[in-house]
Amino acid sequence: MLLVLVLLALITGVAAVAAPSATAADTASADDVAAGEALFAANCASCHGLDAQGQDGVAPSLVGVGAAAVDFQVGTGRMPMQASGPQAPAKPAQFDQDQINQLAAWVASLGAGPAIPTAEQVDPSLGDAANGMEVFRTNCAMCHGSIGGGGALTQGKFAPSLLETTPTHIYEAMLTGPQSMPVFNDANITPEHKRDVIAYLDAQSAGSPGGLSLGAIGPVSEGLWAWLVLLGLIIGATVWVGARSS
Amino acid sequence: MGAKVNTAAAGTANFVDDRTSIGGFVKFFARKLFPDHWSFMLGEIALYAFIVLLLSGVFLTAFFVPSMETVEYEGAFETMHGVEMTKAFESTLHTSFEVPGGLLIRQIHHWSALLFLAAIMTHMCRVFFTGAFRKPRELNWLVGFTLMVLGLAAGFTGYSLPDDVLSGNGLRIIDGVVKSIPIIGSYTSYWLFGGEFPGTALIPRLFTAHILLVPGLILALIAVHLFLVFLHKHTQYPGGGKTDRNVVGLPLFPVYTAKAGGFFFVVFGVIALVAALFTINPVWNYGPYDPSPVSAGTQPDWYILFVDGALRLMPGWIFGIPMEWEIFGYTLSMNILTPALIMPGLFFGFIALYPWIEKWATGDRGEKHVLDRPRNVPVRTGIGVATITFYVILVLEGSNDIVANLFHLSLNDLTIFFQWAIFILPPIMFWVTRRICMGLQRKDRELVLHGHETGTIVRHENGEYIEVHSPLSEQEVWLRVQHEDIAPLEIAPEYNEHGVRRKGYRWDRFKQALSRFYYEDRISPVTKAEFDEAQHHHDHGHAEADIQAADAKDADKRLTEEWDKVEDEASK
Repeated sequence: MLLVLVLLALITGVAAVAAPSATAADTASADDVAAGEALFAANCASCHGLDAQGQDGVAPSLVGVGAAAVDFQVGTGRMPMQASGPQAPAKPAQFDQDQINQLAAWVASLGAGPAIPTAEQVDPSLGDAANGMEVFRTNCAMCHGSIGGGGALTQGKFAPSLLETTPTHIYEAMLTGPQSMPVFNDANITPEHKRDVIAYLDAQSAGSPGGLSLGAIGPVSEGLWAWLVLLGLIIGATVWVGARSS
Repeated sequence: MGAKVNTAAAGTANFVDDRTSIGGFVKFFARKLFPDHWSFMLGEIALYAFIVLLLSGVFLTAFFVPSMETVEYEGAFETMHGVEMTKAFESTLHTSFEVPGGLLIRQIHHWSALLFLAAIMTHMCRVFFTGAFRKPRELNWLVGFTLMVLGLAAGFTGYSLPDDVLSGNGLRIIDGVVKSIPIIGSYTSYWLFGGEFPGTALIPRLFTAHILLVPGLILALIAVHLFLVFLHKHTQYPGGGKTDRNVVGLPLFPVYTAKAGGFFFVVFGVIALVAALFTINPVWNYGPYDPSPVSAGTQPDWYILFVDGALRLMPGWIFGIPMEWEIFGYTLSMNILTPALIMPGLFFGFIALYPWIEKWATGDRGEKHVLDRPRNVPVRTGIGVATITFYVILVLEGSNDIVANLFHLSLNDLTIFFQWAIFILPPIMFWVTRRICMGLQRKDRELVLHGHETGTIVRHENGEYIEVHSPLSEQEVWLRVQHEDIAPLEIAPEYNEHGVRRKGYRWDRFKQALSRFYYEDRISPVTKAEFDEAQHHHDHGHAEADIQAADAKDADKRLTEEWDKVEDEASK
């Protein structure tokens, strides 16, 4: 198994991607792969095909996407897709982590790809949040907003909010570039910088120092709030003050 | 004790009065009358928001450093450690995280700014829809309009001061807009920014504008605005006993001093409550200004959104024709110039000149102190609603990414929708509003002539059903018939009897066309003759109907009794 992976990596020249990987693939037994194949045939093959080669215009080939892509897509509930649309939205995951690992093992066995990151790779406490902020601002904020509140893309696609996303899924998203997102490989953003980004996003979970954040989507929600709540309450008061006692 | 205080107060008052003769003024102002209505307090909200802005602003100037010198951050906010930033940004973080109460005051200041402009615009709408801008208040409308524009300037300069990424992107757009002005554009941009954008001169300049120039002008114009309110006396809503020659209301002292004084604290309290609970402009999220990153959700504060929206709305090509032209090697960017300068220019020009436009249509030279009910001037009300629709479409387009994301819509489709809607919806809204107003006027006529419906139906002996109406009170009638019935202008003919062409005929004809647009289709209020006739007719009908109603009740009672009897017997 490992031999096949290494050979494939050498042939396709993606050794750099595969090198820090192979946690899931390493530990995956033949049973896991077989169970994964069965799950895949029952839940994924109608679009991706029994051999995971994909169909033109329907679903991409999954050969070489790696365990990380499976863990992200299935773990966030994006796959299996519920309905066709501009992009697959996150929803409650359909499988438990064991099943996801089985699926990941099978897909990883089809061709070398990025593996699920280790707990240490995604540990926010080991990252530098200040550097993470700079990396995030340069690479992520244009779609996800200044602290990851999310934003719109073209034609109904969108960059989702990252405020509820787990560190592992954030790491995997950067590594595999799901949906409309570009791939940020390890040459682009190093694993340490990826962890810094996670640390920055994790720092947001403490909440805004200024109080409730109104969605952290910028001045539009603030303006709406100023009209509806601030002016609304005060106009309510004018009616009260202006009312005659009689 | 009480007597002692009284003597002391009287002594002080005497001392001051002997030296300043202020007693007369106090007496004059204390007896000044103001009519009572909640909508007359909208301008007051703006005034109080401005006072809160001044108070909180003074606090902030004590800690803000208007400098673009760069430093490395070492303060209390951890995710910013070691980041290079200007002193302006650093001092904003310092105010927010290290100065006790600093963040609260910053948030009070910013929320007040949003409220200030929202209150100004609501106040303007009230003045517009009730016709309070008519003679003699056209000048004060202009003063108020200028205050609104100054408010935008105060807001934008303040929004840009912290030198964060968000406001820096806004300044970059301003820079682009300035550069789109033909011939002088690039020179003006260099002059404003003291060199190539962003330069190092801007923050100190914005600071001077924000804390000295603009608030100074606002303060002076507020004084003029209030002085003119005193001079003209306050307008009043129509009602029995209220005319263009009197003011029906309560005296400034003690009623309004108490109400207005208390209301200031209500406004301040609500602002402080919201500022304590809700984050506004979290610059620590945006980071110090750097020209390269532009994050999603990059928008100006709401009052500038309409310009941003116009820029987003403008297509680069219209039906295949590019909107950026090159003339003798110089670029003319109509795709920026049109939405960001020409549109706001026309829009604001129309708002500023509106009192005169309507004056041309009415040809009325008299003073108006009794307000219009919006329904009684359907065309003005329609224009107002169309203008608001136009503005709201621009604001929504300025927020198009937020709207698209929130409602799971396509950003592109939304923009295309707004590109059509901006031309189609305002005329539709004008037409609909005008029809609704005329419908309400017809309803008023109906009420005055026939009275309120009571829901009591009676049947005549000949089988005819009629509904009993109760007459309106005198006040109710007055409210519905008091307004003027304005007919379209009649103008003198083009040639006099000698066949000589009259000067100014074209101008008159324009005014006549305008007047026809306003008053061609109109519902006249019920005249005295019509009212008397209806009363006469009714008195007759009423007496009859009342007798019949009584009869009907009797019959009903009899029927119930008989039914009870039958039931009793059956139970035995």
